[in-house]
Amino acid sequence: MLFPVYWMINVSLTPQQDMRKSPPDLFPLHPTFTGYQAVLHDQLPYLGTSLLIGLGTVVVTLVLSAPAAYALAKLRPRGGGFLGISLLIAQMVPGIVMAMGFYGIFLNLGIMRTWWGLVVADSTLAVPFGVMIFTAFMSGIPDELTAAATIDGAGALRTFWSVVLPVSRNAVVTVSLFSFLWAWSDFVFANTLDSGGDFQPITLGIYRYIGNNNQEWNSIMATAVVASIPAAVLLVLAQRYVAAGVTAGAVKD
Amino acid sequence: MTLAHTDRPPRSPVASRATHRTRDARAAVRRQRRRTQLTAWAFVAPLVVYLAAFYLYPLYRNLDLSLHHYTVRSFVDGNAPFSGWANFSQVLHDPTFWPALTNTAVFTLASLAFQYVIGLALAVFFNRHFRLAGILRALFLVPWLLPLIVSSSTWSWMLNSESGIVNHTLHLVGIAPVDWLTSPRWALTSVIIANIWIGIPFNLVVLYSGLQNVPAELYEAASLDGAGAWQQFRRITFPLLRPVSAITLLLGLVYTLKVFDLIWIMTRGGPGNSSSTLATWSYKLGFGTLLPQFGPGAAVGNILILIALLFGLLYIRVQRRQEA
Repeated sequence: MLFPVYWMINVSLTPQQDMRKSPPDLFPLHPTFTGYQAVLHDQLPYLGTSLLIGLGTVVVTLVLSAPAAYALAKLRPRGGGFLGISLLIAQMVPGIVMAMGFYGIFLNLGIMRTWWGLVVADSTLAVPFGVMIFTAFMSGIPDELTAAATIDGAGALRTFWSVVLPVSRNAVVTVSLFSFLWAWSDFVFANTLDSGGDFQPITLGIYRYIGNNNQEWNSIMATAVVASIPAAVLLVLAQRYVAAGVTAGAVKD
Repeated sequence: MTLAHTDRPPRSPVASRATHRTRDARAAVRRQRRRTQLTAWAFVAPLVVYLAAFYLYPLYRNLDLSLHHYTVRSFVDGNAPFSGWANFSQVLHDPTFWPALTNTAVFTLASLAFQYVIGLALAVFFNRHFRLAGILRALFLVPWLLPLIVSSSTWSWMLNSESGIVNHTLHLVGIAPVDWLTSPRWALTSVIIANIWIGIPFNLVVLYSGLQNVPAELYEAASLDGAGAWQQFRRITFPLLRPVSAITLLLGLVYTLKVFDLIWIMTRGGPGNSSSTLATWSYKLGFGTLLPQFGPGAAVGNILILIALLFGLLYIRVQRRQEA
């Protein structure tokens, strides 16, 4: 299972002249960092843009989904069930179809090739998921807790902000983690809505790299390794949230 | 309050005060409830506006696109003649349609079957607790978390005809090299292999968490009765896991139908149309050439949505039934 990951790292360290060697070296016997130098030289701006887009998407997702989920879980608005089903269906719409819809809208509004346009588009991947995770989590918060806050004179906003949100820290981490990763790895929206812009994300950086110099596989793989770093870091720091997110997305308790 | 109430004959003062009190209390409760509803909607409103603007509207635009004759120009001057079902009929009669539909079906079913079986085997494996199981299980998540473009390019290089490690390994065991990505015979298989690899972690995690809920006493009782490992799996694990399996497969189905990046980066749906699916074909029509055919592209997209929705509704039904 992990061999492709190992192979990616191995190739990223292999010198260019050994790339087509037969048999290929199974270990980086003569490691070279020229690939990584190329990344530092060419790809830093792309990485910065991806970071910006990722963080922006996290903010948009949290701001939209946490309050809505609080209402769905605790205040039970009429029509909440319908909203829940709409969110489930929203998750089933293929990204490529959304991309085509957005293409026309962005063209009309003149917001093609902006980083924040991509934040808007990428958030559509995460918002329904975010609402689902938050709702599932907040339904588990005992009603006594929110009732106590109300008796102490806290309004709904106050209850949400000072009681529900702090208790939901785990859900906040899970939702942030996934919205960041999805925005970071998005390729469809980036390629349709931001192709040729001043601020392009790293996925487009790699895509151009493959297109332009499909000989320098060590540079391509080095970029791939660097682009995977957020996933690796998040996995180490937050592995239990990852598993929680996958399962909560699939089976509701 | 209606007149009818005041016309009633007066009751004893005590009873009257009591009804007043309950009436006031009830009105207060109603007011309170209405206020809660209002606050609830205030909290939900941004989401509703967002869904309307960023889901409904793009979907509407997409439908609009598929019913008109659009060019890049028409986006600017707004001049796109209505063409009815012409785009759909063009797409349905296109020689790419049937291959793309069959490829979508093969891609989805083969991916699902292997992801599920391998994922389940790994979940059962990890369910017997051993040292380092936790760390190992976490590492198995890596393929799922990597950006798709990363895994796709890695697989492209591994499957490279001349210098790929896969052909080299085949050579070692005496099998002739295969043109994985460049021959029409193997392109679809290649993208399926890569997609299986990416999907296993999801199956593993969900099925593993399902296994955690199977009571251990059942296994103890079974082994006392002399049931072997295979019998335990067939008689206990598999049946009890059925609801979780159904959800896993349906979710996997809906996600696999959408797969685009992977195929586009590895083969661009080619050679010819040998690995085109509805998703890549739709993209190719809309964005893949210098002369974009937005209308037909959107039409294919809408057909894809229809298929996804069909299974999506099935998903909702299955989940409802499980909750009931």
